[in-house]
Amino acid sequence: MSTLVATNKKSFGATLWDYLTTVDHKKIAIMYLIAGGFFFLVGGLEALAIRWQLVQPMNDFVSAGFYNELITMHGTTMIFLAAMPLIFAFMNAVVPLQIGARDVAFPFLNSLGFWLFLFGGIMLNVGWFTGGAADAGWTAYAPLSTTSPGEGVDYYVLGLQISGAGTLMGGINFLVTIVNMRAPGMTYMRMPLFTWTAFVASALILFAFPALTVGLFLMMFDRLFGAGFFEANMGGNAVIWQHLFWIFGHPEVYILALPAFGVFSEIISTFSKKRLFGYTAMVFATVLIGFLGFMVWAHHMFTVGMGPAANSIFAVATMAIAVPTGIKIFNWLFTLWGGSIEINTPMLWALGFIPTFTLGGMTGVMVAAASADYQFHDTYFVVAHFHYVIVGGVVFALLAGLHYWWPKMFGTILDDKLGKITFWFFFIGFHLTFFIQHFLGLMGMPRRYWTYLENQGLDLGNLVSTIGAFLMGVGTIFLLINIVKTTMKNERVGGDPWDARTLEWAIPSPPPFYNFKQLPLVRGLDPLWVEKTEGRKGMTPAEPIGDIHMPNNSFLPFVISVGLFIAGFGFIYQKHDLSWLTLIFIGMGIALGAMLTRSVKDDIGYHIHKEDLQKEAEE
Amino acid sequence: MKDWMGKIRTLSIFSFLVMVLTACGKDNLTALVPKGYGAEQSFNVIIISILVMIVVFIVVMAIYIYVVLKFRRKKGQEDQIPVQTEGNKTLEVVWTVIPILLLIIIAVPTIASTYDLADEGEKEDSINVNVKGMQFWWNFEYANEEVQTSQELYIPVDQKVYLNMLSGDVIHAFWVPSISGKMDVSPENENTMYIQAFEEGVYWGKCTEFCGDSHSLMDFKIVVVSQEEYDQWIDGMKNTDPEYTAQSASAQEGQQLFNNNCISCHAIDASATNPVIAPNLADFDNRTMIAGIEHYSKEALVDWIMNPGEIKPGNGMMDAEYLDDEGMSTISEEDVEKIADFLMELKATDEPVDSVKDFREQEGQGN
Repeated sequence: MSTLVATNKKSFGATLWDYLTTVDHKKIAIMYLIAGGFFFLVGGLEALAIRWQLVQPMNDFVSAGFYNELITMHGTTMIFLAAMPLIFAFMNAVVPLQIGARDVAFPFLNSLGFWLFLFGGIMLNVGWFTGGAADAGWTAYAPLSTTSPGEGVDYYVLGLQISGAGTLMGGINFLVTIVNMRAPGMTYMRMPLFTWTAFVASALILFAFPALTVGLFLMMFDRLFGAGFFEANMGGNAVIWQHLFWIFGHPEVYILALPAFGVFSEIISTFSKKRLFGYTAMVFATVLIGFLGFMVWAHHMFTVGMGPAANSIFAVATMAIAVPTGIKIFNWLFTLWGGSIEINTPMLWALGFIPTFTLGGMTGVMVAAASADYQFHDTYFVVAHFHYVIVGGVVFALLAGLHYWWPKMFGTILDDKLGKITFWFFFIGFHLTFFIQHFLGLMGMPRRYWTYLENQGLDLGNLVSTIGAFLMGVGTIFLLINIVKTTMKNERVGGDPWDARTLEWAIPSPPPFYNFKQLPLVRGLDPLWVEKTEGRKGMTPAEPIGDIHMPNNSFLPFVISVGLFIAGFGFIYQKHDLSWLTLIFIGMGIALGAMLTRSVKDDIGYHIHKEDLQKEAEE
Repeated sequence: MKDWMGKIRTLSIFSFLVMVLTACGKDNLTALVPKGYGAEQSFNVIIISILVMIVVFIVVMAIYIYVVLKFRRKKGQEDQIPVQTEGNKTLEVVWTVIPILLLIIIAVPTIASTYDLADEGEKEDSINVNVKGMQFWWNFEYANEEVQTSQELYIPVDQKVYLNMLSGDVIHAFWVPSISGKMDVSPENENTMYIQAFEEGVYWGKCTEFCGDSHSLMDFKIVVVSQEEYDQWIDGMKNTDPEYTAQSASAQEGQQLFNNNCISCHAIDASATNPVIAPNLADFDNRTMIAGIEHYSKEALVDWIMNPGEIKPGNGMMDAEYLDDEGMSTISEEDVEKIADFLMELKATDEPVDSVKDFREQEGQGN
């Protein structure tokens, strides 16, 4: 029963089947990367359409209804279908390697999480082709969402429910992996910052996503079965949706931002050739930000009419987050201080991030001041603020991480020159787009406006903003060119092209499917660096070569996801015609049948035998 | 790399010029030139927080620029390994404590003004207006005067006016940036805020809570007038006649058409007993704009009645019986012109108040 996968080229069908059934976290990472990247482009095109509509006052490039679908889907896509999965791509690609693990704790669950996300994402976008996507804003405030005609919001509700379940599974998987599967010597306080942030973000997922799940269920019952949870004249209350949404939605910002901080901590440390300044403080700040992230949701609701006491409490709690965030900024600066800074593409993104995110944090404190927020709220000032945080923080990190870990994931290295061109177009375009929006907001431009009147002093700012957005688009095209070029050239790089510090660089690129032949012995922070400074090339093993236990591939995660996807259509269309109930039964039957199969089938995986590993080493 | 630096410099100069040229925006719309109490309170907190934050930004950028220039890897030193500093307790305490102090500087005035703006102590002695937000227009009912109007809220200068706000459908938000910050208008909880304007004039109001297709066109105005003008206007409004008889021949025909097609939703008198279904058309001739967004002219009014869905997509008037399935009027343009003639006769005072006259003049100049 021994099996080392043959290295000769496989047919397309075999590769496809391999990816459909894989439970290998590195392959799942690649699938997250491709799917997330695709949705990133979709969300980007939606953004360009939005900006084109606003290029001049009273423009009629798109209709009001279509515009509302665009803004809703742009927000939903970017948060749930681009940023989240791309973060998951890096968590999958890197975290098990950074802690010296051979696999994640629940490989099957990991695969299920991916397929649920993908089918949920497809479901969300099906609306475009069946008479209109969701149009109630990405926050879907009731009662606008519960009364929105058509099926757009139903696709939103069910699509997010399915993909949210996938995200929750992913979070649980990483929590358990990091708690249980660290290599010998990898104590908590020796974990790389990216793993730490992934850990805290996973904990946030565990607590935040159930709130979304509950909210979506209530909305589903309101929309599909005529319940009245959010209906004022049926005794419901629409503000409850806002609370549920933001109890999820605010931590969500940190679910995205914390791993981004982790990425930058790795990159800044690697390319200034120094250990992270104030590591303990960084870990503490990460945990504190995660904790405070749950305490501040109602700062999205200062104008709801909660009263001055609640507004003041949430204002001060929100401002408090600036303290640990500030600690992080200064620690990064002092990691650079006295270092030997190499400015290549990943580092360029990290260096671009610091001032950008500082600006985003500053406006964050301003928005947190409740009485000032009465002017900022729901205007372009807020649009500018959260794009500074989410693009300047998260997207910059994703692009930095893409260049940084590309060699580890694919064994080739992205072109540095093209990478820098991408950076400058994107960076300048970004600031051109969003800096001016702060002023637009204060000058009277509310957000989610399909158009604005002539002669209101808003023309020039909007024009500049649109030009900036297209520059970002040009930057993205250079990135795509870079990816294609690098893949075509297929120039292999070694295991450690950056002279880096953490464990993932101690093994070949791309890593073998069992990751570590022998689990490494971790003897300090930045374990690979510790070994290198002592003159060794690689890690000291913590165990003799032995059999490695591996999980079997499985097609069931795909089947379960397809089942729920089919059932989703049944739920939506049964409101028109009860014969659609059949689809619910078929879909749920497929999903539950696959789950049952999984439960009763004894799947104990297989072993890679010691002899094979030794033979491979000799070759 | 060099020419990039040049481009960045050009770009930053360009952005700065843009800021200067656009200045602070349109006078009766911007939050940056407060003309009312709430806007002033918010503005003060905005300025305090901006100043504190600029100090922080300067410190961060100073360190940032220094380290990036000073510690960039130089040619020939690629193999040098810098000292591996673990951290520095003193420094870390400093950059924990200082931000806390800075935040207190912002938090204190924030809390003070938050409580101040929520104060309802003088509510009973002030003008109270019941505000109703509907897709995509506004109704204002003067609680003690038993008068209601739509789209334009008249208030006397320097007086506290309490707004009790409720929505007729989805959540809206009431925002007049020059006068005061915004407050949500929700279907279940009545929210109260007060406004107080310092200068006469017409101020632009906008809906800021996403409310459907024409969210971006749900504009209204606050007309700030002298106490004297206000009293006259209220008097006039009280005397608007539901049995009004049109003057000109064309308007008389228009009134007939109006009574056949429009009266079931629109009232022509300002009595508070009129149900709030569609905008109240009493005092129509004093409006600053048609439907809140089009210049006040007969032509624009005719356009609006002929095809309201084209101008404000998704608005309730599209369900009116006189419109066909495409949203086009089944009444001929000639007849609609007569209706317009009739509507433009409706007035509560002899002529528009000064603020409205000024506003129309200014708006006219722009085109």
